[in-house]
Amino acid sequence: MMINILLLSVAILTLGGISGALLKNSGRQGTFWGMAVCITGTVLSIIPAINILWTGRTISHQLAWSIPFGSFFIAVDPLSALFIIIISFVCAICAAFGVGYLKDYEGHKNMGVTWCFYNLLFASMLLVVMARNGVLFIMAWEGMSLSSFFLVMFEHEKQEVRQAGWTYMIAAHFGAGCLIALFVLLAGSDINLDFDRMAWPSSPFTAGVLFILALLGFGAKAGFIPLHVWLPEAHPAAPSHVSAVMSGVMIKTGIYGLLRVIPMLGPPELWWGYTLLIIGATSGILGVLFALPQHDLKRLLAYHSIENIGIICLGLGLWLIGTVTQHPFIAVLGLTGGLLHVCNHSIFKSLLFLGAGIVKHATHTLDIDRLGGLQKLMPKTALLFLVGAISICGIPPFNGFVSEFLIYLGGYNFISDTAASGHVIAAGIIVIISLALIGGLAATCFTKVFGIIFLGAPRSENAAKANEASPGMWFPMAILAFFCVAIGVSAPFCIRLVLPAVRSLHHLPAADLNAGFLPLLSPITLVSGVLFGFIIAVTLIRRRLISRQTVETGLTWDCGYVAPDARMQYTASSFAQPVIDMFRHILRTQRHFQMEEIDFPRQARFSTHTFDLFRNCLFEPLFRLSDTVAVWLHRLQQGRNQLYILYIALTVLVLLVLTGR
Amino acid sequence: MNPLFHILSWFSALILSPLLVGVINRTKAFYGGRKGQPLLQAYYDLFKLLHKGAVYSQTTSWIFRAAPIISLSVALTALLLIPVMGYRSVLSFRGDIIFLAYILGLMRFVIVLAALDTGSAFEGMGASREMQLSLLAEPIFLTCLAVLAAGTGQLDLSGMIKSLWSTSTSQTNAAVLLITGALIIVLLTENARIPVDDPTTHLELTMIHEVMILDYGGIDLAFIEYASALKLWTFSALLIGIAFPFRAGSPHIDLIIGIGGIFLIAVMIGIIESTMARLRLLRLPQMMIAAAALSLTAFIWVIK
Repeated sequence: MMINILLLSVAILTLGGISGALLKNSGRQGTFWGMAVCITGTVLSIIPAINILWTGRTISHQLAWSIPFGSFFIAVDPLSALFIIIISFVCAICAAFGVGYLKDYEGHKNMGVTWCFYNLLFASMLLVVMARNGVLFIMAWEGMSLSSFFLVMFEHEKQEVRQAGWTYMIAAHFGAGCLIALFVLLAGSDINLDFDRMAWPSSPFTAGVLFILALLGFGAKAGFIPLHVWLPEAHPAAPSHVSAVMSGVMIKTGIYGLLRVIPMLGPPELWWGYTLLIIGATSGILGVLFALPQHDLKRLLAYHSIENIGIICLGLGLWLIGTVTQHPFIAVLGLTGGLLHVCNHSIFKSLLFLGAGIVKHATHTLDIDRLGGLQKLMPKTALLFLVGAISICGIPPFNGFVSEFLIYLGGYNFISDTAASGHVIAAGIIVIISLALIGGLAATCFTKVFGIIFLGAPRSENAAKANEASPGMWFPMAILAFFCVAIGVSAPFCIRLVLPAVRSLHHLPAADLNAGFLPLLSPITLVSGVLFGFIIAVTLIRRRLISRQTVETGLTWDCGYVAPDARMQYTASSFAQPVIDMFRHILRTQRHFQMEEIDFPRQARFSTHTFDLFRNCLFEPLFRLSDTVAVWLHRLQQGRNQLYILYIALTVLVLLVLTGR
Repeated sequence: MNPLFHILSWFSALILSPLLVGVINRTKAFYGGRKGQPLLQAYYDLFKLLHKGAVYSQTTSWIFRAAPIISLSVALTALLLIPVMGYRSVLSFRGDIIFLAYILGLMRFVIVLAALDTGSAFEGMGASREMQLSLLAEPIFLTCLAVLAAGTGQLDLSGMIKSLWSTSTSQTNAAVLLITGALIIVLLTENARIPVDDPTTHLELTMIHEVMILDYGGIDLAFIEYASALKLWTFSALLIGIAFPFRAGSPHIDLIIGIGGIFLIAVMIGIIESTMARLRLLRLPQMMIAAAALSLTAFIWVIK
């Protein structure tokens, strides 16, 4: 029954989406059709998913479908259900936002087609987390990559958008290639790609190879460094509500894939856990480090997605290491922290991307240094963006803190276990130091983002003319912001939604889990309550004190200077400069400075660019090499059919000689 | 633990923390051969500020007004998390160390935003430096606490400090010595003291914390100054609990010893400020790296 409703939801999204693209006059109509399809799909998928998560059961279903090696085998366990809830929730919220956001493009863009790909992306993501057959999984995975590719290409008339689209396409297919290899090798000689019929790999070596293939395949989607290069290109290119879906949920399907495949590889090994831990630490630290010098808000947010994927990986690393070294409680802490961070990140990251969309909508620019003072012009957006900014920095009492707290606790538990071996203690300290560094850097980055964009005085005319967004745009953000606060303050309750998914990966009695997490998380609620109490008390005291006094307004103190100008303010670049300078060997920020060579120069220009280290130093040489090889191979390709026939004949001859021996 | 002890320790912090500033200034005056300002000067200042109105910059928004409130509330909450001399704090739980570090992060976050809210280049400069230094201080602080976790097998501050000195070995003693050094650097950084920051200078270009609050006056400034005093108390109480090995066994006597120790730290800060110059800004990361090396050495020592 439940699975049928889910299938119905996928069918409605697919067929409804496609039929929307066929609408003849696709302005408003296309939008409303697409929106209606999306909401129907959400309602039909989220209800059964909640039911499955609540009851903790697994339901599976097989449809008659014949394709070589494939079968339409789908199943939903609590892990899939958790991801279905996240996907549906974020897709619906972002669709509601998209209605307002896309209004500007109506008339010169075909809305029906855009919404068609949006709904197809939604449907294929649902199918990815439900599929239990390799062929079906790869097909859904491809559908997801392709539909998001077309969404990224929304403004295809721009050169940089096309470039971003191709980068994404290459990365997605590199990942898909690894996944095909993974599933073929997993199936072995049996050639049955149903997940539940796949046997564990025969040797630890094969299992290790498969693990690495899974890391590459799913990592390319999730954005593990150095496979992240497509993220900072594709996210800024896509419309904001699409970036929100891609960053909020689509990259999480990579994490889902890892969680689904790792148990299929047999008993985990210690080095798997370490690999994940190291990937987590590098992606986390480098992600936020590269976010810091960015000038484009959406590019900056894209790098933060890499950072958060890193944090999730730290949790998963703890899970594997804890499992191998017989520390079940720490394993569960890591896994729960990681899964909760998946939920949290999908909420606050889509919130921030939607906020960026509103900023773009209102000011027509995303250059942080050209904005400023938006808090006064659009107070609602500013407040909601602030909630997202505090959450992503992992500051209590918001949701980001709760998941980071659990991962920290995993690390500290490893360290405080006096019987633990050296490896485990090293893992603990890696987790603690990387999380602390990530936290500090993220706070620097988001004080910069919020402070420069929303506070101070407007730095350009566009920013000065901004208007508050329509309720249709800020209300979806308000829902997300509500969950940021709600999960933060009611952590002991909210964790119960994640625990069934944890249990489907790590078998522990439900009662034990609930009993274990309650004393861990209830103090957070308590202390947050105390903090709120103090805030209310101090506010009341202040109000009483100030009511007897005079309150005036004046100019900002600038050492006696009385004509301050918006251009005198500190900029985002100058705010981040000391930190960028500390890490200059990694970031390699390029500075360009121009000034007239005269005694009293009237104007000067200064700009900085931080290119992606891995793009410039790893992938560009690699692709240039492949280009050289391709040009060299060109000699074989003369364009004459006779020659090609000769090649075929020669090949057949060589094969005959080889096999005839 | 009896409630009387908690009430006493909390209220002594609330009442005595501005005195720390007086003690530091008196120590510096003593070193400089001056008579110095009255010991209670900080109280007079707070009293005066609380009876003044406010002048807000036109550029600022509600964030500028909310920052002092949140900052003071965080300081009051942090005080409840700190155990005095290893006696269980009011809000003690597994992982309170992480909560403490991050809630102080909230305090920093709002003050930095308030500084940026004024749109002043000076305050932006201070905010930028504050974030730079704190991002280095935070990993050091959490590593120091990891050393304690490894040495004692506990995950809450109260348990750590309690069992640190009840089950002390030469191994943990050496580690404590090392992290005391690192924690002093963290304390000086977080509380904007020399050699990291100069709380007395009026040259905006050299300051970090003081320049961020340049536009505050009246009640708001009083809140911020008081919150800073409470933060100094919090860090000092933590440091004395870790570094001071002797316990009388009776909570109330230990409380008095602890408060005495906190004032000793104030004297120590005064001595450091009198005998050292402020470091150049570019040198500060090097000092923090030294502290990081100390804490990591302590960690390797304690897990050996």
